[in-house]
Amino acid sequence: MFGSIAGAPRRFRIALIIPLLSLLLTGCGYNNIPTEEEQAKAKWSEVLNQYQRRSDLIPNLVETVKGYAKQESSVLEAVTAARAAATSVKVDASTITDPETFKKFQDAQAQLSGSLGRLLAVSEAYPDLKSNQNYLALQSQLEGTENRIAVARRDYIEAVRVYNTELKTFPGSLYARIFYSRNKPMEEFSVADSVKTVPTVKF
Amino acid sequence: MIRRAALVLLAWLCVAGVAWAQAPASGTLTFPALTGRVVDEGGLLSPADRAALTVDLAALEAKTTDQLVVVTLKSLQGTTIEDYGYQLGRQWKIGQKDKDSGVLLIVAAAERKVRIEVGYGLEGTLTDAATRIIIENDILPAFKTGEYAQGIRNGTGQIARLLGADAAAVPAQQAPIPDTPVLPLILIGVFAVGMLLFCGVTGGAVCQVIMQMLFLAALSGRGGSSGERSSSFSGGGGSFGGGGSSGSW
Repeated sequence: MFGSIAGAPRRFRIALIIPLLSLLLTGCGYNNIPTEEEQAKAKWSEVLNQYQRRSDLIPNLVETVKGYAKQESSVLEAVTAARAAATSVKVDASTITDPETFKKFQDAQAQLSGSLGRLLAVSEAYPDLKSNQNYLALQSQLEGTENRIAVARRDYIEAVRVYNTELKTFPGSLYARIFYSRNKPMEEFSVADSVKTVPTVKF
Repeated sequence: MIRRAALVLLAWLCVAGVAWAQAPASGTLTFPALTGRVVDEGGLLSPADRAALTVDLAALEAKTTDQLVVVTLKSLQGTTIEDYGYQLGRQWKIGQKDKDSGVLLIVAAAERKVRIEVGYGLEGTLTDAATRIIIENDILPAFKTGEYAQGIRNGTGQIARLLGADAAAVPAQQAPIPDTPVLPLILIGVFAVGMLLFCGVTGGAVCQVIMQMLFLAALSGRGGSSGERSSSFSGGGGSFGGGGSSGSW
């Protein structure tokens, strides 16, 4: 195969073959697995970031609603409890390859989304609350955060799809077996929950 | 001879595979072409309105480097304006690359929806609450009476005011540093010259393969940006993550 360069000095040949080999490996996707792994991890931290932001907004919202709608205490308590449950699930970068914790996290956040949606829905019945500037600001921030969560989740799902496909298809599967045997496929959000997590807020 | 052909084919396949993977995944949505700072696909604006808005939006970018684009749509293609908005912003790459400083004012008259889509970098200035107030107080009242041009002007005026205030708080705008990748270019150049010399001496199959890979890599690297140069205005490379807010009338 390399017969045509047989005449060249040996050292020169080696110096040539190494970059060629690395170029060939790169071209054939040797770097894809680590690159896509890092991308998926970055998307995951964005998901966590947005969920955290939502979590930070909730105490303020609960306080504001409480001032106008004390009788909705069961709904308010449900939100507070769901938030506490969601924050108690410890998540980090390793969660995405851990199906059990991932499911726990997903379920807790879905639970919180549900009770948050109910809180915003019952708030509709209080005209004074609805015209409160603080409430309006919180509501639009919360809406924006839900939207950012949706975007971050979709970006994460796409990144994981790319990464998991790379692990399973040729030539990625070959590299995975030889060089990256510790890389595990990552978890995806199930579609059903992503539908559940968008509380409908009407104006 | 067959071996040589097989080697060339393999290398071609690998490089083609990389180029393939880099091509953006085409979703189900279609987006209008970015023909300027005002893209009036929905046909809500007169030529005079478009021209006046374009001047204002260009002035805003000149002052703050933030890119604000007005777009009216024929249809949301069955999705929500939130879903369409961030994807349109990413498609057009509105905003400066290092700052993600783009804003879209999107009007979908058929669905009676309006949205201010805020790029990552401006979410601190154009907060969700601020954009909601602009939509409720400045845009929707005009839209309710069918005065789209007026509503859009009000909206861009308020957005520009907030962005302008932001720029005033920053003491001085630094001149953008051109980020030409000098070192990689030099390395590729040295490598290419070396290869040429070597190929001249031996003229083997390996040389052909490498030269073809280099050629293809150069081609695929350039292909991405060539389409954007045709119009006088183009996105600066900014990205979007769902910031901003929406309203309907």
